[in-house]
Amino acid sequence: MARNVMSQPIRVLLAKVGLDGHDRGVKIVARTLRDNGMDVIYTGLHRSPEEVVTAAIQEDVDILGVSVLSGVQLTIFPKIFHLLKENAADDIIVVAGGVMPDEDAIALRKMGVREVLLQDTPPRAIVETLCRVVAERGPR
Amino acid sequence: MTKTLDPSLLAQLRREVKDWEEKEVAAFLKKQAERKSPFFTTGDIPVKRVYTAADIAHVPIEDVGLPGRYPFTRGPYPTMYRSRLWTMRQIAGFGTGEDTNRRFKFLIEQGQTGLSTDFDMPTLMGYDSDHPMSDGEVGREGVAVDTLADMEALFNGIDLENVSVSMTINPTAWILLAMYVVLGEKRGNDLNKLSGTIQADILKEYMAQKEYIFPIAPSVRIVRDCITYCAKHLKRYNPINISGYHISEAGASPLQEAAFTLANLIVYVEEAVKTGMPVDEFAPRLAFYFISQSDFFEEIAKFRAARRCYAKIMKDRFGAQNPESMRLRFHCQTAAATLTKPQYKINIVRTGIQALAAVLGGCQSLHTNGYDEAFAIPTEDAMRMALRTQQIIADETNVTNVIDPLGGSYYIEWLTAEYEKRIFEILKEVDERGGTIKLIEEGWFQKQIADFAYSTALRKESGEKPVIGVNKYVEREEHVDIEMHPYDPTTADRQIARTQRVRRERDNRKVQALLEKLVHVANSDTQNIMPITIELVREGATMGDIVEKLKTVWGTYREIPVF
Repeated sequence: MARNVMSQPIRVLLAKVGLDGHDRGVKIVARTLRDNGMDVIYTGLHRSPEEVVTAAIQEDVDILGVSVLSGVQLTIFPKIFHLLKENAADDIIVVAGGVMPDEDAIALRKMGVREVLLQDTPPRAIVETLCRVVAERGPR
Repeated sequence: MTKTLDPSLLAQLRREVKDWEEKEVAAFLKKQAERKSPFFTTGDIPVKRVYTAADIAHVPIEDVGLPGRYPFTRGPYPTMYRSRLWTMRQIAGFGTGEDTNRRFKFLIEQGQTGLSTDFDMPTLMGYDSDHPMSDGEVGREGVAVDTLADMEALFNGIDLENVSVSMTINPTAWILLAMYVVLGEKRGNDLNKLSGTIQADILKEYMAQKEYIFPIAPSVRIVRDCITYCAKHLKRYNPINISGYHISEAGASPLQEAAFTLANLIVYVEEAVKTGMPVDEFAPRLAFYFISQSDFFEEIAKFRAARRCYAKIMKDRFGAQNPESMRLRFHCQTAAATLTKPQYKINIVRTGIQALAAVLGGCQSLHTNGYDEAFAIPTEDAMRMALRTQQIIADETNVTNVIDPLGGSYYIEWLTAEYEKRIFEILKEVDERGGTIKLIEEGWFQKQIADFAYSTALRKESGEKPVIGVNKYVEREEHVDIEMHPYDPTTADRQIARTQRVRRERDNRKVQALLEKLVHVANSDTQNIMPITIELVREGATMGDIVEKLKTVWGTYREIPVF
């Protein structure tokens, strides 16, 4: 079981933002995390940054995972970080997934995205990564 | 039904196979076990060590048949590539109409024989470029089209009577078709000479690609209207491209791809027939679109089986009489999700092998993917390489000399028959469970696709499914030196300026009056939505004007995700 330091299951909100409908990857991630004992909420498609941040706060998640395969990462992640700060929720760990150029992945990390998990990341590696980033954060 | 072997020969052959297994095979296995047991296709169909005539003894000779003759297993045309090669149709789309127009002209110069258009996400989803949902998306993954003026820029200097134009678009396909019609009219083209395709396959959107706007019923009605309108007014135009490609890319097995695509076909034919139009009036223009994945022989068998199943469905289920209503024609694209970022140049080899399977499977047009598509949309260099791959197959290998050269292979014929059997089993189950639309609403297809996607991910992780460069033959320190297609940051401003100019210059009262007429047509299910849409785009209505108005009538669709 993947638990955080308080021995509660890790809570993850997985989101698709924008108009992009590619959901193969996010659904594999959702199932992998669920099968490894995490609490997983998936927003479904075509959400706005506002909807996603509101849901992350309401659901009190440890991690917000955003999947993007349409190339709009550099437009939507700044909005998400701005909204998290505005709502004093910037302790939520933000993770990105999808297909994107390496330089964009570097830019996202600089912006505060904790991990960028690209195409073909093995399921086990995703679980390990999320457990690690929650452990590194420590109790809230 | 004529059998391929007479019973005494069959019995003799079976005895010989048994004898071989007990002698040569058994002795060899004692020395060296096989690499695995059993072996499966990518689609999880168990396959034997070797196939003989005994394995296809149940297949009637007529089911294999001849090219251009029912049930078209061996190809839709009697001479296939000996007369005319497949259309080399590389998809292109980015930026504004002018930007993509330049890429089109480049591809034509390189020897491409058909055009194929990718649209940006806002265009696909019915938002104008200046809508808040379009922020960051304008012209990024495809070309932006809001108004007829964009369409004019897109096809500037290209003679539409001499090139077939495919448009990869779904929920808003009818609006693009309307723009294409007006463009043709303004140029003085004969509409019955325009050839091309809109994808307009909305059902696979709910199943797989997830580009939808309205609920299922009005969305299917729009497709029906495109089919019946084209049958009357654009006789050479394919009003739909019933697509397995996206079902496969969303994670489905090749069998699910073929079966679910045909399940969707059945809905469209039923809806068009309900209008009173005879099946033979529209069916000859139904077109298909399949993926070519990596399991070489399985893909070839899939294409052959799809043709045979289609022929039987059209004849037996819908009573088609014209052979043209029974011959399946398909566009093919190599499998984008098989492309890898690590050691990206090997994508050229993957694509080449997948393309060869498409040609041996008898495709009518083909798009080969760019080696750089695991990074971004393809560069000119990547598209040239992809096109050259097709040209090598066409001009250097001689595989085009003989039709269906793998026909008669025991393995291919067995697997084709196995596919046919399994496809019809799935279609029967769909019927028994209440039909395709009900099952989409229940998430039945979506769940099966997600299950196969998940098992594929686990098999890649365990190494059971090797992916070179990713889980096998991995380069530890890879220096990536790749030129990527740049995104021009001025795209959105250029695009929005034109859309706003069109809005300023049009007769707004006229557009508003037509939008009210559109509401009336939308509310009356028996009317065809094409004529009013054509009037609207002619008067400068934007895609957003039309879609937003219809949302007030029909509402929007939101899926309950299953994983």
